[in-house]
Amino acid sequence: MEISWLYGLIGGLLIGCAGAVLLLGTGRVMGASSIVGGLVDGTGTDRSTALAFVIGLVGMPALLSVGGWQVDTQATSTPWLLILGGLAVGVGTRFANGCTSGHGVCGLSRFSVRGLVATLAYIGAGAVTVTALRLGLSL
Amino acid sequence: MRGAIALASGALFGAGLHISGMTDTARVRGFLDVAGAWDPTLAFVMGGAILPMVLAWRLTRKRTPLTGGAFPAQPTQEITRPLVAGSVLFGVGWGLVGLCPGPALASISYGGWPGAAFLMAMLAGMFAVPPMRRALDSARAGQ
Repeated sequence: MEISWLYGLIGGLLIGCAGAVLLLGTGRVMGASSIVGGLVDGTGTDRSTALAFVIGLVGMPALLSVGGWQVDTQATSTPWLLILGGLAVGVGTRFANGCTSGHGVCGLSRFSVRGLVATLAYIGAGAVTVTALRLGLSL
Repeated sequence: MRGAIALASGALFGAGLHISGMTDTARVRGFLDVAGAWDPTLAFVMGGAILPMVLAWRLTRKRTPLTGGAFPAQPTQEITRPLVAGSVLFGVGWGLVGLCPGPALASISYGGWPGAAFLMAMLAGMFAVPPMRRALDSARAGQ
């Protein structure tokens, strides 16, 4: 898997093109947490656009998977980790008004200071969490 | 028209997340494991995604979106407590499982019950934020 960086780069370019299509086509910022959160809590406007985006986001990987390009998520099967993690991601991204796609991809690319601060904060907190979990589990 | 554009964008986003390996939680947590066996793939994904977006933001100047309306206003530069505290909380959840909102949705068709459990908890958390904000605001106003 030495070429994982190449798949990363190609996939990344596709993600950037997705953001460019949404921005130039509809004027919306491609932030997954804002698009989904707006649908879930009822604060979002332009709901049919948001819904179409989510259908594409869920549908395309399903098609690729059925077509033979399979990915194993390798997610933990510890229920409390999944629930605590999901809650933290849901609450955190909505308070911060953005996640990896909104603050990261769309924010950094317009040189947003808020996007940079958010990105450093979640990568920093994520690194501390992963390290703490690894050290705790090996004890 | 807006629906078709959004569907295409969502499909591109989903393809990118799937192909790049970002729906594989081991790869994402590998990037966050800076003191262990560090996996740099996420940095290539982020870099690759930022390139077209820099161009896109340049193209928004003195133009309007294809389907009408307006482009988002210049972002505020204000660093607020919800921005930092929310991002830290998000990072903790991201580190615990290795999923963020985009990949959580992109992988739902093949993520099994762990993916579904994470997504349900994430949506519940999102649902709870507007009442939490109201409670925080009224608590602050009552002081």
